[in-house]
Amino acid sequence: MAVGILGKKLGMTQVFDEAGNAIPVTVVQAGPCVVTQIKTSDTDGYAAVQLGFDEVTEKKLNKPELGHLARSGSAPLRHLKEYRVDAADGFELGQTVTAETFSQGQLVDVTGKSMGRGFAGYQKRHNFRRGPMAHGSKNHRLPGSTGAGTTPGRVYPGKRMAGQMGNARVTIRKLEVVRVDGDRNILLIKGAIPGKPGGLLSIAPAQWVNA
Amino acid sequence: MNAEEIIRSIEAEQIKTDLPTIYVGDTIRVGVRIQEGGKERIQPYEGTVIAMRNGGINRSITVRKIFQGVGVERVFLVHAPKVASIAVLRRGKARRAKLYYLRDRVGKATRLKQRFDRPIN
Repeated sequence: MAVGILGKKLGMTQVFDEAGNAIPVTVVQAGPCVVTQIKTSDTDGYAAVQLGFDEVTEKKLNKPELGHLARSGSAPLRHLKEYRVDAADGFELGQTVTAETFSQGQLVDVTGKSMGRGFAGYQKRHNFRRGPMAHGSKNHRLPGSTGAGTTPGRVYPGKRMAGQMGNARVTIRKLEVVRVDGDRNILLIKGAIPGKPGGLLSIAPAQWVNA
Repeated sequence: MNAEEIIRSIEAEQIKTDLPTIYVGDTIRVGVRIQEGGKERIQPYEGTVIAMRNGGINRSITVRKIFQGVGVERVFLVHAPKVASIAVLRRGKARRAKLYYLRDRVGKATRLKQRFDRPIN
């Protein structure tokens, strides 16, 4: 458990490494973030650090939000996110977190909201195969069978069907930080990242899950 | 600085400005950096440009040549550090953007007419 950073996806490009290989990278505006609240187990029952990102004008926020941010003395911020930590030592209210908390070569988990595809059918959502388009077939994009008949008399839960696709929270794990630009708070992260340019991202050091 | 400008500024560090103007149909010589047991040398590769893709930092050319009777095509990212140099040897006359039809031809039929209205360099 470590404190990450909030950021905005800017777009993709490629860079060349020392060996001359082209590496696809996503450019991310990471921070600067402000520590807006520190939670400890005494006061809140658990330890966490709340970060704010993306400065906006005062009229974009309501009074309770402004009051909360006034405690840390920060400017009005659009986004707030909490990161659970073991102990919130070393953090103080109003402190800024910049892209330099990450180093080149580090592995990170990136969380964002995937592009929405709306109510998608079987082919698009689950890669079902299509029926024949000709020879009198009327089964073009239908699902086929959804299970047996009278026994069990119901469709099993988890049966893949049409429905909302995308516009969901997605985490891509263990992406490499290719470059850190401390002056402009820019991270170059290898590979693709969920969402469109302009989307809000949370970038945290990679969490290792034992298999 | 907006997102577009930031991305352009990252690419600008690696975009080569000293490249010659290349057209489809030209015969060119590409100097390719290769590593051999810790030593680096530049290997020339000569052929005809049969396709080009303009995409900023992703700009690439496809160069075709016949080597020992076998057609060889290599795609180069022209801005890559592996491409040490590009020299235009001959300007060719091509009436299309992609010369894939050359793949189906052998011998004399693969020749392109030279054009003299475009200066080499």
